[in-house]
Amino acid sequence: MSSDVILFFATFLASGVEAVEALTIVLAVGVVRGWRSTLVGVGAASLVLVAVIAALGPALQNIPIGTLRFVVGALLLAFGVQWLRKAVLRASGYKPLHDEAEAFLREREEARSAGGAEKAGMDWYSFTVAFKGVLLEGLEVAFIVVTFGATKGRLGLATAAAAAAAVVVIVAGVVVRGPLERVPENTLKFAVGIMLTSFGIFWGGEGAGVDWPGGDVAILGIIGFIGLVSLALARALRRRRVALRPAEVGG
Amino acid sequence: MKYLRSFGRFWWDFVVGDDWRVAAALAGALTLTWLLEHEGVSAWWLLPLAVAAILAGSVWSETQR
Repeated sequence: MSSDVILFFATFLASGVEAVEALTIVLAVGVVRGWRSTLVGVGAASLVLVAVIAALGPALQNIPIGTLRFVVGALLLAFGVQWLRKAVLRASGYKPLHDEAEAFLREREEARSAGGAEKAGMDWYSFTVAFKGVLLEGLEVAFIVVTFGATKGRLGLATAAAAAAAVVVIVAGVVVRGPLERVPENTLKFAVGIMLTSFGIFWGGEGAGVDWPGGDVAILGIIGFIGLVSLALARALRRRRVALRPAEVGG
Repeated sequence: MKYLRSFGRFWWDFVVGDDWRVAAALAGALTLTWLLEHEGVSAWWLLPLAVAAILAGSVWSETQR
């Protein structure tokens, strides 16, 4: 039960963060060039993502659980540490923070300066940008849904968490009528990086034959340990950066 | 051929990312855990410690550039 809650929470957070980024792209193109072709692009990308999950999810569940956990754990570890590494560098100031307002302005400017691309009643620029934006952000969500869902045998729960996150973000986008710049995206990405890495350790370890002390509850200990290490790293790097370049950091 | 290369490149960037040494070190840590467990040694502690060390090494070397 508790591992179901963690699985739902982790998938919801990861999907929410990616949905916020996709929403920014879709909003920027839709506002400047019109909604019809943009929404067709969003719909087409969503269909591709659903097809990927529907095809890969059940297929993965046919693989023996030990092998599946080893492979999925390894993939999640590589993917999660990559995500966490960027989050630590952002938190310590070595990498610029992701700014949705800035991303929105950049996308909007690009959409404005792009020439006409109308053919057969469709604006193919809007279609392509919306399709690519939703597909690329969504593939990360599909990866998380498929790996989390298949490994725990809870594909339906993982899909529901991702869908719930997408609905919340879309509703918020409609209400705000702009990019969701107030969402603490960088903090969420940090949390998601910790969760992906921790699940990678847990499942990778189980696949390698590890018998975790405390069983499933060990995941909470791993999340706590990786969280503390990541926060300590971000803090140490930030201090070092301030010590090396005080004027620059001070503004 | 071009599309195949782009496809492979996409998945490489997607999973491995900027620093291939991180992925290689993680693969090494997983393999070592598997070997120890199959020799009858309880190695549950190895992966968390290895991941912490790999993460620290990777961000540290990135900030040295």
